[in-house]
Amino acid sequence: MSGTKMSSAKLAPSALFPRREFLKAGGALVIGFSMKGFLSGGALGAQGAAISRGLAAGPPDPKQIDTWLAIHADNTATVYIGYVELGQGSTTSLLQIAAEELDLDMGQVSTIRLDTNITPNQGGTYSSSSIARGSPAIRTAAAEARQALLQLASKKLDAPIERLTVSRGTVGVKDSTGGARSVTYGELVGDKPFSLAFTGSAPLKPVADYKLVGKSPTRNDIPDKVSGKYVYLQHVRLLGMVHGRVVRPRGQGVYGAGAKIASLDETSVAGVPGARVLRKGDFVGVVAEREWDAVRAAQQLKITWDMPATLPGSDGLYDAMRAEKTTDRIVLERGDVTGAFGQAAHVVSGNYHAPYQAHAGFGPNGALADVKADSALVICSTQDVYATRNTLAGVLGIPAPKVRVQYYEGSGTYGHSCYDDVAQAAAILSQLAGKPVRLQFMRWDEHGWDNYGPAHVGEIRAAADADGKIVAYQYDGWHHNWSAIETSAQLALGTPAAEWRLGAAQQVNPTDCGGMYDIPNVRLVNHQVPGLKYLKGAWLRSPLDLSFSFASEQTIDELARLTGMDAYKFRRRNIKDERWMGVLDAVAQASRWESRPPASKLSDAKIASGRGIGLGTHLTSYGGAVAEIEVNKETGQIAVKHMYGAIDAGLAVNPAFIENQISGQLVQTVSRMLHEEVTFNKTNVTSLDWNSYPILRFEECPEVTPIVVQRVDQKSTGAGEEVMAAAAGAIANAFFDATGVHMREFPLTPNRVLAALGRG
Amino acid sequence: MRGKLKIRVNERVTEIAAAPHTPLLYVLSDELQLQGPRFGCGLAQCGSCSVLVNGEEVRSCVTPVSAVAGKSVTTLEGLPAWYAKQKKLAKVPALHPVQQAFIDEQAVQCGYCFNGMIIQAAELLSKTPQPTEAQIRTAMNGHLCRCGSYPRVIKAIQRAAEAAR
Repeated sequence: MSGTKMSSAKLAPSALFPRREFLKAGGALVIGFSMKGFLSGGALGAQGAAISRGLAAGPPDPKQIDTWLAIHADNTATVYIGYVELGQGSTTSLLQIAAEELDLDMGQVSTIRLDTNITPNQGGTYSSSSIARGSPAIRTAAAEARQALLQLASKKLDAPIERLTVSRGTVGVKDSTGGARSVTYGELVGDKPFSLAFTGSAPLKPVADYKLVGKSPTRNDIPDKVSGKYVYLQHVRLLGMVHGRVVRPRGQGVYGAGAKIASLDETSVAGVPGARVLRKGDFVGVVAEREWDAVRAAQQLKITWDMPATLPGSDGLYDAMRAEKTTDRIVLERGDVTGAFGQAAHVVSGNYHAPYQAHAGFGPNGALADVKADSALVICSTQDVYATRNTLAGVLGIPAPKVRVQYYEGSGTYGHSCYDDVAQAAAILSQLAGKPVRLQFMRWDEHGWDNYGPAHVGEIRAAADADGKIVAYQYDGWHHNWSAIETSAQLALGTPAAEWRLGAAQQVNPTDCGGMYDIPNVRLVNHQVPGLKYLKGAWLRSPLDLSFSFASEQTIDELARLTGMDAYKFRRRNIKDERWMGVLDAVAQASRWESRPPASKLSDAKIASGRGIGLGTHLTSYGGAVAEIEVNKETGQIAVKHMYGAIDAGLAVNPAFIENQISGQLVQTVSRMLHEEVTFNKTNVTSLDWNSYPILRFEECPEVTPIVVQRVDQKSTGAGEEVMAAAAGAIANAFFDATGVHMREFPLTPNRVLAALGRG
Repeated sequence: MRGKLKIRVNERVTEIAAAPHTPLLYVLSDELQLQGPRFGCGLAQCGSCSVLVNGEEVRSCVTPVSAVAGKSVTTLEGLPAWYAKQKKLAKVPALHPVQQAFIDEQAVQCGYCFNGMIIQAAELLSKTPQPTEAQIRTAMNGHLCRCGSYPRVIKAIQRAAEAAR
């Protein structure tokens, strides 16, 4: 097939044929549709099913079995999953679930990348909920497919279903003379559709019979990732494409204003071969045949911007937030808080500050787009292909069904990073250029134009009685909401900046804020700051939870100290829920927790050591953590020596994956607590790379001990972000234990530590 | 139109079309279609683009392609052959021992940083076959990982060293 016929954006049948490998044409890596991963189950037969799937705009009908899986002639299955793989292993876990119900082994199941023409719409991949939200449909569809296959086998083998057994996709029956007959799934339906309504009525395999779920088969993407064969988004090329870069101010300004071009001299890139400047409104980009020429042109382009100097600056941030006229909402009110404070033996209060933090994906986001007059193909690393399709349709003025979005994994995103922004930017550039464009954000684009995890101010007051029972708890939280309009749309179309409506993850979290404890009198108030006056915001892994826990868990420890109790025992006294107790006990035991009140072993030594315990979560599951740290009181440097983290996420489908997730969460939390802070002046963001936005490095990395609390009788819930809040609280409490001083603001940089110790 | 510049990558000599000042990274990914070295920062801060040049780890995002003329560049894809040559093995293994150890430890999360991790670890073990944990941490300190995979990377390097003992 000649390369020129492969323009994917035409969505011609020839373009939809899956490639086994890159087609090499004209020195470029070219893809037609999708390649690796598609055939990873070894099933050439997958092509047949895929071709019929790829032709029409999705989402496919969720009430059809064929939407969820296909059985191929070689006795393998493709499972169509609506969640993206981000390196967390959840697609392997969902394949375990499908293989379990189908009685296949892991080598017989595979999945494909998300594609709005092929894969079902299960909502976005967020809140660590792929297993919780994804497994019911996949499990029941697989069970129902198995039932249909058994009915076919029953006819073929002339035996009642009750006598059939299945192993590795081979259905067998023993006849009365002791002989045996068998037929494979592949022989029964190989590559033909089931054409069956999905009713959800098939009986599910009892948990006691599980052979794969609860075990830890290894991830199928790792061998290719270490050998260099894995195709990341950054490796994908389209035939006839040019390389693009966006040109923006270095560092975003106030969200509500965006950025306005003051002057632009297109002739300034004349010396760069083939470079073209493309502009729509205040959106500017460059394209060139060669990637380095696009990079150079973007840097050489003479452009000046108008940006208002109305930001508070990172130094004045918290005072500004606190002074705003806010939209207030009582999240939870229980009992008589005022009365309880009045009578309590011990009352503690504190004001806490948490900065903007960046997703800071290790590889900046990129996207490829081929936009025609009435259709578009966009390849990107979105966590929600259907939501991205809708926003792209609006930006391009093309109906959503005519926009096809395909997912390729980039580097980890940890929430709503720049993946939608870059997809929109690539699409706009392609529309302007009249040809396919590959756009790669530069490091300063990613760091400077991220939707940051919002800054937070927390004011907390809590009280305990003389026996160490928490009797009252009040939390007031200030932060703004997620940003709803991406920068590309804002600059190109003049779409006014806007925020999301209030949602569960954007408000004071009733679980993190004392919810794990049995407290009779509680009042939680959310003070929504007007976000258009600040930076762009979005959910960043365990959104706002680290901020809540930093304030709340320090307050709990202070109550423990005032009542003369050990922090672990104080928590035990105040917990009723056995699952919170489970993670608390798990980390205490793993860390050989020694019973004594917080800050009861202070010394005059230069290096003080301390340990802290904390609880927290995101929206589901249960997290507990212990931190062991050392504080250098002369330099202000903190060395985190060991982190222990436990998650109870119900039935752990693949415990090894959860261990790896816990491990990563502990390390990322140490990074966020010690180093990470988006800095900005009155005009724009100034933390634009790894020097100005440092993250944790090897030499500072603690030892980690991950603990999975397995609960086979409980529904599977999230495990990708549920121990970070606990870990944040544990680190802060370890600092207090070491020094007798509470840190009221993170990150816990040497300067802040010295100031808190009175040595600044 | 072809330039005159020739570079040796994974033991193959190729004539390069790019201008001599072009960073090596863009030549490796766009002209030679290699997937190991990849863009991370373009500032030599993160290690995403690392390759070996005459056995030394180098950031290809800030190295002009002209600077490697006459030298030998090894990318992630060429590591098994580089190892075989170094160890005088009769047969090239499927994977460098570090690559195998990263699989055995299931060290990877998103895996984007693992090009640089593996390149740097291979360089380390070629010079210090039995590093202490402190030596591993120091050698790897210029490589960042956002997923927090450092503890397993350290274990994987220790495992690879152990296997070579």
